[in-house]
Amino acid sequence: MNYFPDEVLEHVFDFITSHKDRNSVSLVCKSWYKIERYSRQRVFIGNCYSISPERLIARFPGLKSLTLKGKPHFADFNLVPHDWGGFVYPWIEALAKSRIGLEELRLKRMVVSDESLELLSKSFVNFKSLVLVSCEGFTTDGLAAIAANCRFLRELDLQENEVDDHRGHWLSCFPESCTSLISLNFACLRGEVNLGALERLVSRSPNLKSLRLNRAVPLDTLQKLLMRAPQLVDLGIGSYVHDPFSEAYNKLKIAIQRCKSIRSLSGFLEVAPHCMSAIYPICGNLTFLNLSYAPGLHGNKLMKLIQHCRKLQRLWILDCIGDKGLGVVALTCKELQELRVFPSDPFEAGNAAVTEEGLVLVSAGCPKLNSLLYFCQQMTNAALITVAKNCPNFIRFRLCILDPIKPDPVTNQPLDEGFGAIVQSCKGLKRLSLSGLLTDQVFLYIGMYAEQLEMLSIAFAADSDKGMLYVLNGCKKLRKLEIRDCPFGDAALLEDVGKYETMRSLWMSSCEVTLGGCKSVAEKMPSLNVEIIDESEQMEFNLDDKQKVDKMYLYRTLVGHRKDAPEYVWIL
Amino acid sequence: MSPPLLGVEEEGQSRVSSPSVECISHNGLGIRERNYLGLSDFCSVDSSGVPDDNGNNLNLKATELRLGLPGSQSPERETEHCFLNSGKLDEKTLFPLLPSKDGICSSSQRSVVTGNKRGFSEVKGTIYTEKKWMGHGAVPDSQSLQPVSHGKYSVAQASVKKDGPANVVQEQPCTSNGTKVNRTDISNNSSAPTANRAQVVGWPPIRSFRTKTLTTSSKNNDEVDGKPGPGTLFVKVSMDGAPYLRKVDLRMYSTYQELSSALEKMFSCFTLGQCGAHGTPGKEILSESKLKDLLHGSEYVLTYEDKDGDWMLVGDVPWEMFIETCRRLKIMKSADAIGLAPKAMDKSKKDC
Repeated sequence: MNYFPDEVLEHVFDFITSHKDRNSVSLVCKSWYKIERYSRQRVFIGNCYSISPERLIARFPGLKSLTLKGKPHFADFNLVPHDWGGFVYPWIEALAKSRIGLEELRLKRMVVSDESLELLSKSFVNFKSLVLVSCEGFTTDGLAAIAANCRFLRELDLQENEVDDHRGHWLSCFPESCTSLISLNFACLRGEVNLGALERLVSRSPNLKSLRLNRAVPLDTLQKLLMRAPQLVDLGIGSYVHDPFSEAYNKLKIAIQRCKSIRSLSGFLEVAPHCMSAIYPICGNLTFLNLSYAPGLHGNKLMKLIQHCRKLQRLWILDCIGDKGLGVVALTCKELQELRVFPSDPFEAGNAAVTEEGLVLVSAGCPKLNSLLYFCQQMTNAALITVAKNCPNFIRFRLCILDPIKPDPVTNQPLDEGFGAIVQSCKGLKRLSLSGLLTDQVFLYIGMYAEQLEMLSIAFAADSDKGMLYVLNGCKKLRKLEIRDCPFGDAALLEDVGKYETMRSLWMSSCEVTLGGCKSVAEKMPSLNVEIIDESEQMEFNLDDKQKVDKMYLYRTLVGHRKDAPEYVWIL
Repeated sequence: MSPPLLGVEEEGQSRVSSPSVECISHNGLGIRERNYLGLSDFCSVDSSGVPDDNGNNLNLKATELRLGLPGSQSPERETEHCFLNSGKLDEKTLFPLLPSKDGICSSSQRSVVTGNKRGFSEVKGTIYTEKKWMGHGAVPDSQSLQPVSHGKYSVAQASVKKDGPANVVQEQPCTSNGTKVNRTDISNNSSAPTANRAQVVGWPPIRSFRTKTLTTSSKNNDEVDGKPGPGTLFVKVSMDGAPYLRKVDLRMYSTYQELSSALEKMFSCFTLGQCGAHGTPGKEILSESKLKDLLHGSEYVLTYEDKDGDWMLVGDVPWEMFIETCRRLKIMKSADAIGLAPKAMDKSKKDC
């Protein structure tokens, strides 16, 4: 089997970087498994409870970069109770005890305590990169530990985390000797920062390419930072409020013009729209523009800004852009691949908002569109069919109609045909989120056509178990299925329990599955953890198998029941 | 306006604790919303309206988790609430949808609001069965859907375009069939030009970080008008001895006194045999530290868990700081709160 010495194979494997491919390589034969595991440096674990840190360390002694995901996706929307799990401390503790030379840690939806950050900062000499997305449980004190102790830190990237901000001093904890920063993103912090320390830090970081500030960084500091870091590629502006006739603003204009490398712009957490013209010089080079946290920017000012962004590939925007604004996007951004339109006023009907018209315009004007997240007032089948024709390249298609079961307002039909057209046309579709009035029919289409589908999110849809069955039978590559408020019961759940072992996880909340059904799955499939999440403690008092389960989360695992589940989580 | 299902036309201000529960809307026109299905509805009482002496009213709104801008609700939160339980059991005792109204009911039912976990799916259960009655399996009858969606759509349109109480009349066809939608919000807040969208937990699917950040942004960008800013800060409130918890929106209050009165009203059902005055609602108490005095007279002490996980006595820090750090509230028995508030203990001993 082996015509080459191990070192040669190892060298060859170095070129194989994707996780999927490396996983496949390791399955070829024992020898390849061994070579692969010793040479593997990057590991991705999509569900932190599917494996234990000890087994990870045992298999991949050369581990340098670890990505972990904790809570299920619906935790983002408050459907998972606060202390459900996803603690990173045990992982850091185990890694610290081992000989692993961890350099990079990327976490998503995990609970990160200050203790874990401190332990992390002290345990790995070469630690270089910390990326936290949608995490919680830590304060700026933990960040201070990272800043102080990680001597070769290159990346500190905090995205949308809930951080308890103890105000300001963590930035001062970067020692004078720290000059290695490439990426610093603290936009999600809500508190004050030490502006002087920030300026000094940026001054001594010649490699700094990505800098995202929080709202506490005012315009004049921004100007100073830009003067010191004209090499920036990615900029997140904190506060952008100033008098357009002031000296500071003029200085800013000059500073921005020097930044010829900026390709990605975000932030504007506080914005005074009349100052936007200073930004125009860099708009022409932008490939990513994120204005989704800038509700102060809308109307003509917003349009004008976008009209300058001809090379845009990714646009994240609020729905105050309106259908007309999306028309401007369609005319201007011919390279657009990804569009995300977030609601600026999700709980009030009728404000601004976009409709199917905006989406149709973008689909017509931007044929390269392949990724969509779209919160809108309404959608029609006709529009979806048109979009499907215009853009057959969708990989991610997530549509959220703010009214959860709204039908096509023109025909009063469910949106089955529209979504059916999307899955039929977009042969490479990997991720789909549905909304609007939907019957079992749409699931029939999904099962038939969505061959590459990996993640499906369903809410308030379907009429019967058939819906879920169509999906489970048809989508061979399905990895994550999350369902809320649908009439799927035990019959659908139990039809093919083996399927769940081929998937990462299944979430079902407010459906019709019963305790008995869940127990049945757990019995038949010992390789799954079937968790019942019930905060109301009903499960304690009423152990009737016919009792409907409020929230069920099941996932495949190699390490059995987890030990850190809170009281209200019952693992069958 | 569709005829009421049960033909109940009540004058006077008694409330029926039967499947049909009447909700009195808060507006000045005295238009009453009727919930003929009585599916765990919330009932709020206009301060000028019904005296809340019988405890059979469901108040789910207080337990709702809302992520966004509930400005339209603010008037109700100040009214007296009393409630039974979170409505789970009650739903089961209520009769299902009547066939003749199914078309309209089902859709409006689906636009459901509730913090009640089973609420929506219970309702949906009835929708599914009723759909089968219509004799169509997977594909719903487009005709039967028509009045549904049309009604619903026009409801949405009506709410969008018009203000205030007029909405209530327009929406009667749908809401009268017992939706849990906060339609009374529309009538209650005539200053809101838009309708309160049906608020379901976790919908629309937006990261809570984003919602919080945007409400902070709009708070900073808006002019100060003396009202509390938009955004909600719901925290759980537990009380020793109470069978279930409540939730309050800390942003609804601007002083400790307001919070204290609200909590008193919320939990008055449970306090038994309090010694001394349980606080006098009418009295003007301005100082924040007087909160302790209020509770000194009773056997309970108000405490909160802060972001570090420590249990603290409410009232020590300025209100703004308090709401930033408070994670949950707990009404403890004074006896348990010895470690926290020795003064309270002494005083209550004195009063009792």
